[in-house]
Amino acid sequence: MRNALSKFGQAIKLPGLSFFMAFTITGLIIAVSDAKVLAKFSSPLDFITSALASVGNAYLALFQGSVFDVNLIKDGSFIQGFYPLSETIVTATPLILTGLSVALAFKSGLFNIGAQGQFIFGAIGASYVGFNFDLPIGIHILAAALTGAIFAAIWGGIVGILKARTGAHEVILTIMMNYIAAYFILWVLKTQTFLRPGRIDPIAPEVNENARLPLLAGSGFRLNFGIFIALAAALFVWWLLTKTTIGFKFRAVGANAQAAKTAGISVPFVITSTMMICGALAGLGGAVQVLGSEYALNTDIAGSFGFDAITVALLGRAQPLGTVFAALLFGALQAGGRTMQSNTGVPLDIVQVTQALIVLFIAAPAFVRYIFKIKKMKSSAALTSKGWNG
Amino acid sequence: MSLELRGITKTFGSLTANDSINLRVETGQIHAILGENGAGKSTLMNIVYGLLKADSGEILVDEKFIDISEPSDALNAGIGMVHQHFMLIPVFTVAENIVLGHEKIKKLGVLDISTARDAIKKVSRDFGFEVDPDAIVETLPVGIQQKVEIIRALIYDAKVLILDEPTAVLTPQETDELLKTMQELKRKGTSIIFITHKLREVRAVADQITIIRRGKVVSAVLPTTSEGELASMMVGRAVDLAPVKHKHVIGNAILVAKDLTVRDALGTAVVKAVNFHVNAGEVLAIAGVQGNGQSELARALVNLEDHIEGSINLDGKEIKGSSIYDSLHAGIAFIPESRELDGLVSSFSIAENLILDLHDQAPYAKGLNLSANIVLSEAEKRVAEFDIRLQSVNDAVSTLSGGNKQKVVIARELSRPIKVLVASQPTRGLDVGSIEFVHERILAERDQGRGVILFSTELDEVMALADRIAVMYRGEILEIVDSGVTREELGLLMAGVVNKKASA
Amino acid sequence: MSQVLKVSKVRSNIEKRRLAGVSVTASLSVLSLFFFGFLNPGKDKTTFGFVLNNEWVLIKEWVVSSQTGSRIFSLVAVAASVAAALAFRKGARIVLPTGIATFGIFMAFITWVASGKFIPFTGLLQGSLLLAVPLIFGSMSGLICERSGVINIAIEGQLLASAFVSGVVASLTHQSAWGLLAAPFAGASISLLLATFAIKFSVDQVILGFVINVFVIGFTSFLYKKLLVPYQASWNTAPTFSQLEIPLLSKIPIIGPIFFTQSVVVYLMFIIVGVITFALFKTKWGLRTRAIGEHPTAADTVGIDVNKLRFRNVVIAGLVAGIGGAYYTVGSVGAFGNEMTAGAGFIALAALIFGKWSPMGAVFAALLFGFADNLQSTLTIIGVAIPSEFMLMVPYIATIIAVTGLVGRVRAPAADGIPYSRGGAN
Repeated sequence: MRNALSKFGQAIKLPGLSFFMAFTITGLIIAVSDAKVLAKFSSPLDFITSALASVGNAYLALFQGSVFDVNLIKDGSFIQGFYPLSETIVTATPLILTGLSVALAFKSGLFNIGAQGQFIFGAIGASYVGFNFDLPIGIHILAAALTGAIFAAIWGGIVGILKARTGAHEVILTIMMNYIAAYFILWVLKTQTFLRPGRIDPIAPEVNENARLPLLAGSGFRLNFGIFIALAAALFVWWLLTKTTIGFKFRAVGANAQAAKTAGISVPFVITSTMMICGALAGLGGAVQVLGSEYALNTDIAGSFGFDAITVALLGRAQPLGTVFAALLFGALQAGGRTMQSNTGVPLDIVQVTQALIVLFIAAPAFVRYIFKIKKMKSSAALTSKGWNG
Repeated sequence: MSLELRGITKTFGSLTANDSINLRVETGQIHAILGENGAGKSTLMNIVYGLLKADSGEILVDEKFIDISEPSDALNAGIGMVHQHFMLIPVFTVAENIVLGHEKIKKLGVLDISTARDAIKKVSRDFGFEVDPDAIVETLPVGIQQKVEIIRALIYDAKVLILDEPTAVLTPQETDELLKTMQELKRKGTSIIFITHKLREVRAVADQITIIRRGKVVSAVLPTTSEGELASMMVGRAVDLAPVKHKHVIGNAILVAKDLTVRDALGTAVVKAVNFHVNAGEVLAIAGVQGNGQSELARALVNLEDHIEGSINLDGKEIKGSSIYDSLHAGIAFIPESRELDGLVSSFSIAENLILDLHDQAPYAKGLNLSANIVLSEAEKRVAEFDIRLQSVNDAVSTLSGGNKQKVVIARELSRPIKVLVASQPTRGLDVGSIEFVHERILAERDQGRGVILFSTELDEVMALADRIAVMYRGEILEIVDSGVTREELGLLMAGVVNKKASA
Repeated sequence: MSQVLKVSKVRSNIEKRRLAGVSVTASLSVLSLFFFGFLNPGKDKTTFGFVLNNEWVLIKEWVVSSQTGSRIFSLVAVAASVAAALAFRKGARIVLPTGIATFGIFMAFITWVASGKFIPFTGLLQGSLLLAVPLIFGSMSGLICERSGVINIAIEGQLLASAFVSGVVASLTHQSAWGLLAAPFAGASISLLLATFAIKFSVDQVILGFVINVFVIGFTSFLYKKLLVPYQASWNTAPTFSQLEIPLLSKIPIIGPIFFTQSVVVYLMFIIVGVITFALFKTKWGLRTRAIGEHPTAADTVGIDVNKLRFRNVVIAGLVAGIGGAYYTVGSVGAFGNEMTAGAGFIALAALIFGKWSPMGAVFAALLFGFADNLQSTLTIIGVAIPSEFMLMVPYIATIIAVTGLVGRVRAPAADGIPYSRGGAN
């Protein structure tokens, strides 16, 4: 028991300290940028108390916006207080899927920065099938989500094929493909097919009722079936990586492509199929976003889900379960950040700073050791990408 | 200049690489340090050169204590080193490489290359080298690259020159040349530390021999000591480097290569229309100096190279152009040249490495599913059969010693039904015990009627194991001779001189 | 003795790629002649304007029938393709003829697409240069880092941070010069972050650069909303540099307005590109920098402190990128806008790779991207039929074509992205 506890303590030491540092620095930034705090600069005690109050308020709002808010309980409906938590899950759902896309690529030794573009194509595909056809309930959802995943798999697969055939670096390829996808959706939304009747601004028609993911907690919540799709995808990725021969090939190529090739594993196959599956995962994220919460395709559908996915996967150490938790955490930061912005006037963007700092410290165990003067600390092998020649 | 080491100790974790080593090199002396792979020779020299820091111990130059914590300290003290892996920037010219680290500046901060160019020409003249200062280093043969390193040391006035395994990449003729150069240097007053595990060279040129085993100095002897004595001191027991080879019946040709040409990415032929065959129950050694196309030829036999022309026929079936997977599963076992880079996935467990090529075959795979239990139980069997020393088959393969890593590769490759074993430098970097194991395994495969193609740059290994020997030179097979050939004849062939009468 | 070698005529991969380059250019030229030249129904005129400022007038404008013009330019392209093919057969360099052919195709396209319209030709080129300015600074930053073996994905962050700082400093001091002076320090502090974590703590450099970008985008957006928006009058009203006309040189037709009627930031760019090119290939610093990017262990053994030099170079790179960041604010529009660099750092990175890690190559790639970008906005302004979104994709598609090998195998410095430590040296 004691042994297990100390093992657990060892395992969470690095993430724990990283969080601590990230939130401390974020707090400092919040305090220092608060005019009310700065006004008390002449009196050190007031300064410190008002700084703590400022940060405390901000973090309280962050919590209220992401987990539970007692003020939301009305008519004795206790459950209503958890509305923020449902928002966290809704925000986390596409993040889990895009995060898995990046995580799986990492396992095959690829750095997929292209989840953003893949997400966009998934959203386009799902939206098109969603509003353009009339299909029975159930089948419509399946058809729309599948179309989105396939569109995105093709989009991701292009990168895979180009890399497998020419050796071009996937980081550059996916960055460029993101830009192309971003302009592509702008164009798509201007076409006659996607223009909502009676509107001239770039927004597509809403998807049919039959194509919408069922809500899980009634119409008062946006919480929908998408979270189960995301969790199932995580389970799938875990199964694929640990239990199948394909996963074995992926991991072998990811760890040492040269040795994998020498042992007869086809590296081009691994690269192409990885990128297709990654595309499908991110595309499913786009589909879930359209079918589960947005309903209508718009220019901002992808937000920064594809980019946040990278920080999510890095924080989750490219493990499926880790990615789920990391996505939930970042979902909470996003959802809470919105409340923090409206309640305390701290811009939502600070959340991005926190995310970056957490990942930076997690990626630099040597730095955390250095700061806290720790001799030894358990840290699983650092994630690495491959340089331009790799 | 004399160099003295006192009580040099260096540990890496639990491993003691150098254990209070004492050594004294006199002015104008050629001092050989002899030891097998992993004995701690290179660690010691890297300490002397400032690349590593000793845990304890002292270094004296001309009886004065000096502190060497950076290579620049060593250079300033007059210590030069020719590294085993050349320390030259491949894309720079010879002159740029010489200038690097000792730059002189002309007007406006412009780098002065011409002074170095002249110096290179002068040293080249003095020692009879042919080195073009403006040649790009990566286009030069290794022998010339080594001369560039020597020239650099001389230009910067090295009084003690460390040569780390300098003959590993040279032909016997180039080796002779180098030994002459060493004597020339000695005559001019340079002290030389000559690191090697080749007994013949040591006896030919050294004034004093220090033998290191497992990080300790075990004895200091004179070059009059016999090779057998040197070998047993080096290994710590009596060794017989020639394994027992049973006479037996050699079968029919099992692998035939016809007009096999391999090109690199630039389209240059690195293997030029070679023809050879190996019979069942026979070891065909492919000898030659490193870099004459052997690596590419070995890889081409399992279609690992991208541009292959000609034909590879395995037991009546053409396999050229097949996938790597199909080539392996057609019955070729392949032991790659670098077990770290090509043979193993170091972060994978030992069990996983044992099925790298078999993971999608029965009994491991059922459809998409990979059975973890069978992977483990089969791994335990391999470990027992090949005597792999480990704690758990679930440990990362990187935790194993070099010899045990190679056993993992061999165990894996021999666990398929095979007809031919292609082994590329299978004993490189191994200690003597592991070398013996690998040799026994190779001969066992031969005795069971497999064809073995052994690529080796080690003349001793080739002579000990081969039934026939093909010598490669500049991408061609010059001759295929039988095992009765003499070292001298082989040496000449390796240098590209064709022997008319030894053909078999 | 060795057999008679049956060496069939086999082309090396480099030759294949050169051949592919020639044939693609040639087919595009022919297609251009056919499509722009002969399927061009309009007898409408295309007008090229050459006068921008008050330079000496050589030709004010050139009016040509869209059809004739497209045919002329396509024929130039076809002729250049033939020259390229001849050069290929002789084994000579094909860069110049293929370059001319590409230019011809571009011009034929413009003449075709702008039929009946006015193309401000000099303005088009000048705008291209201006759009390329931050890209060039960014790619020089990447160049210095990557030549010394540190991958710099954080160019975007360097540009954005320094754009922010220079805007704020210039606003507070009411002096654009102070803004320009402060910017390099902002770029360098981002570099400090990169260098510390990459070199001292061996964090994977691609991941690190990515995270730094996220950090800078988040932090500047935060400060923008917290400070620059509410207190705009004092915090975000940066004055800009005025154009500095170089006497006489600025009067040369076409060249004058493009190169010699610019703000001080652009002149600084010319100087910096020159200095970096010279320093990298002709000085001690350059030799050592290239050495540690190719084979750090070898550099170490001749007494070069690899990590110290890398650290210093990454910081220098930040200084350079900083000036590029200043261009966004004090160099052009003045006020800082949220995420105003809009991915320029990644395009700069692409330019570096497209330009094969050479200073001049990167500059030309950046100019090409600037041209594609500006052509797009020019054509949108004059109102042509092609959706602007597709024009906007051009630089990115061009980069993909470049990295997938049409311009030849691009090879990064051998040790790029690999942290150096002596333990790993043996």
